[in-house]
Amino acid sequence: MGAFLHQVASGLALGGVYAIMALALVMIYQATQLINFAQGEMAMFSTYFAWKLMDLGEPYWFAFFATVIASFIGGIVIERLIVRPFAKAPVLASVIVFIGLSLIFNSLAGWLYGYSVTSFDSPFTGRPWFGAGYMSAHEAGAVLVTLCVLALVYAFFRFTPLGLAMRAAAQNPESSRLVGIRVGWMLAIGWGLAAAIGSVAGMMAAPIVYLDPNMMGGVLLYAFAGAVLGGIDSPFGAVFGGVAVGVLGNLIGAYVVGDEVKLSVALAIIIAVLVWRPSGLFGRRLVARV
Amino acid sequence: MAILEAKGLEAWYGPVRAVHGVDFEVENGGVTALLGANGAGKTTILRALSGLIRRSGEIRFRGHSMSGLATEDIARLGVAHVPDGRGTFVDLTVEENLRLGAYVRADRQGVRADFDRMFALFPRLAERRRQQAGTLSGGEQQMLAIARALLMRPALLMLDEPSFGLAPLVVAEIFRALAEINRDEGVSLLLVEQNASLALDLAGRAVLIETGRVALAGPSQTIRADDAVRRAYLGY
Amino acid sequence: MADADGALNALVAIAVGIIALAFPFVASGYHLYQGAQVLIFAVALLGLNLLTGFNGQISLGHGAFFAIGGYGTAILMVKFGAPYWAAIPLASVLCFIAGFLFGFPALRFGGLYLALATFALAVATPQILSYKGFDAFTGGSQGLTLAKPQPPSGLGLTADQWLYLVCLACAAALYWAARNLVNGRIGRALVAIRDQPIAAETMGVDAPLYKTTCFGVSALYAGVAGGLSAIAVGFVSPESFGLPLSLAFLVGVVVGGLASLGGALFGALFIEFVPNIADQLTVSFGEGAKALPGAIYGVLLILVMAAMPTGVAGAARALASFLRNEG
Repeated sequence: MGAFLHQVASGLALGGVYAIMALALVMIYQATQLINFAQGEMAMFSTYFAWKLMDLGEPYWFAFFATVIASFIGGIVIERLIVRPFAKAPVLASVIVFIGLSLIFNSLAGWLYGYSVTSFDSPFTGRPWFGAGYMSAHEAGAVLVTLCVLALVYAFFRFTPLGLAMRAAAQNPESSRLVGIRVGWMLAIGWGLAAAIGSVAGMMAAPIVYLDPNMMGGVLLYAFAGAVLGGIDSPFGAVFGGVAVGVLGNLIGAYVVGDEVKLSVALAIIIAVLVWRPSGLFGRRLVARV
Repeated sequence: MAILEAKGLEAWYGPVRAVHGVDFEVENGGVTALLGANGAGKTTILRALSGLIRRSGEIRFRGHSMSGLATEDIARLGVAHVPDGRGTFVDLTVEENLRLGAYVRADRQGVRADFDRMFALFPRLAERRRQQAGTLSGGEQQMLAIARALLMRPALLMLDEPSFGLAPLVVAEIFRALAEINRDEGVSLLLVEQNASLALDLAGRAVLIETGRVALAGPSQTIRADDAVRRAYLGY
Repeated sequence: MADADGALNALVAIAVGIIALAFPFVASGYHLYQGAQVLIFAVALLGLNLLTGFNGQISLGHGAFFAIGGYGTAILMVKFGAPYWAAIPLASVLCFIAGFLFGFPALRFGGLYLALATFALAVATPQILSYKGFDAFTGGSQGLTLAKPQPPSGLGLTADQWLYLVCLACAAALYWAARNLVNGRIGRALVAIRDQPIAAETMGVDAPLYKTTCFGVSALYAGVAGGLSAIAVGFVSPESFGLPLSLAFLVGVVVGGLASLGGALFGALFIEFVPNIADQLTVSFGEGAKALPGAIYGVLLILVMAAMPTGVAGAARALASFLRNEG
């Protein structure tokens, strides 16, 4: 029983990371109908930024918040410079551009920081405040951080005027323009937010999966699985899906197929959802395209 | 002085030109009607004025040129456009729809006062404040769209077929409200309507559009009295 | 004009053919091996191009079918003693089936979902290949070693030369097949599905069947390439079949030219030699140069999409017609 709970608990911690990444993916999808394949590499690059700051002597939380802010700005810049020119291009072109972006970030990180695996400190050490015996301090901390991020994002979109304007711009760009909303900037801010929360996911994942330029490939795949499972156009679904994939992945890995093939569990989830319930658990009904 | 002047206005949907050099004015403080049959180009003209489609020609709003301006900037100048199909944010609540109308405004007191006025003007909206806009009836959505536009405190309100698909009683209620808005708040109105009789009752001036060109323009009385108009658009 | 165009194309084709045939007799050792690799990549890119360029679908996971071809060939040869000329076709058929079955659910909802599903496939493949449960067949994380095919006696060719010529023959045959496909009714159907799917369906083109079959065929091409690569390299191991391979294929197709069969050769040359040059640069510039191929690929993908949606082959054709008009 103890081992089972341990798997569930650490699955929840990982699931929180996946949920945040999935949320970032859904945010961009809702606004642009595109899946940002570069989300993982952007998060990885942000995490290296944090690592560098700490390497230079800065305390953890300074590095954390500086990274979040820098990622926010970076996301805006990327949207304005690289994503916007392809706004009217076919989907295929945007996917290729995102892949190009992910390759650039991956190489940049490799060039700047090398390819060897590094450790990344967690600010949470010692005994965890809850779940002691079943999860490490970092895992407990990661769950808390995840909850904070989700609460903040929810509050932002639900209660602030800017959040409302962003929701409007995503749902109905034309009507938004008619009331004076600068839809282009709403998209840019959306990218900034996605990059910012992605960086949090990276910083929470790094102590668990260790820091190297390829660390986020697997995490991104789990996030995809979570988003597809929950419904790519449902923020709640994305969060639910991310957590579910985290827990399921751990359980199936521990008790069914072994830890080394957890990635195929994600692949299996994606295929299974596409076969049986394509719109995901909470998404809008998907229509089969010709 | 006209609040809006268009000279040689042309508009395209992609490579197809739909409006072929239109001249007209919107009376400052008055109601101007844009009449014509289905497909004549009335909606196209409104969309061109709002910058939603490619356009060329001279457009002056309160003396300032609007050519080359983006839709959101035109809106911020004081032009509120209620599009055909209402343009409601169907997944947001009534309250959120209205708040979006006031998005660009900084005067919170004024916004609160305007909210009260809108609810007084359209009591049904007050009842359904927290309801999802998509669940409202056609008439209520039309009221919501107008209220949202008015919350922008526009100088010019452009409406595209506000009577479309609505029951006569509801239409009467809406047009009463429009008359009140024009009279009491001095908001100029540019009204696109297929229902010519209804529009001519409200408007002081009218412009008749046929296949993307101006066929006739002048005071409502004159237009109403014109035989050709009578037969083609008023049905008698 | 059309005649001049056709004549130019024929001239280029003949020149390429002559160079390709003469190559194994003037080059040797590593260069010969590289030549074979270029042909192998060209086959894979041909397949991916049929899918992406002509049918407008995106796959980020063709490395997985390359892996199925490679591992399939290796397992058939090592565990079942099959000769290479039987193992490769068998493995390719397996790839076609795998591609068809995978494509079926993944294609139904548009390009993005296919991209997502194939991305997942690419990321998960190395793990699946090194799975302990399949150790008996796959050799686990160590992989499998294969014997190099021997040339038939009496021809006076070395093993390397024979290998190159086998690759050349496969590439030429598959190119010919692809050309016929593209220029025929099926090709037109594929393009119609890419450009106007609803109209195509109305005309009686069974779009889902065509799309799934096209995916299967492109997987088959990748499988042939994988099989040839297995016997050329002499071993297969999980690490060589990860996401970077699939992305390299994508780069090859984009740079070489979407919807251009000739561009497959450009693309193959590109993805064979860029990492090579970068490796040589590490000698002068240190470890950091390892990052160069990725950076070049990334920047090029974006630039090509922005400037030349039809890739290098399209630009070459544009240049050729420009020169013709000026001259």
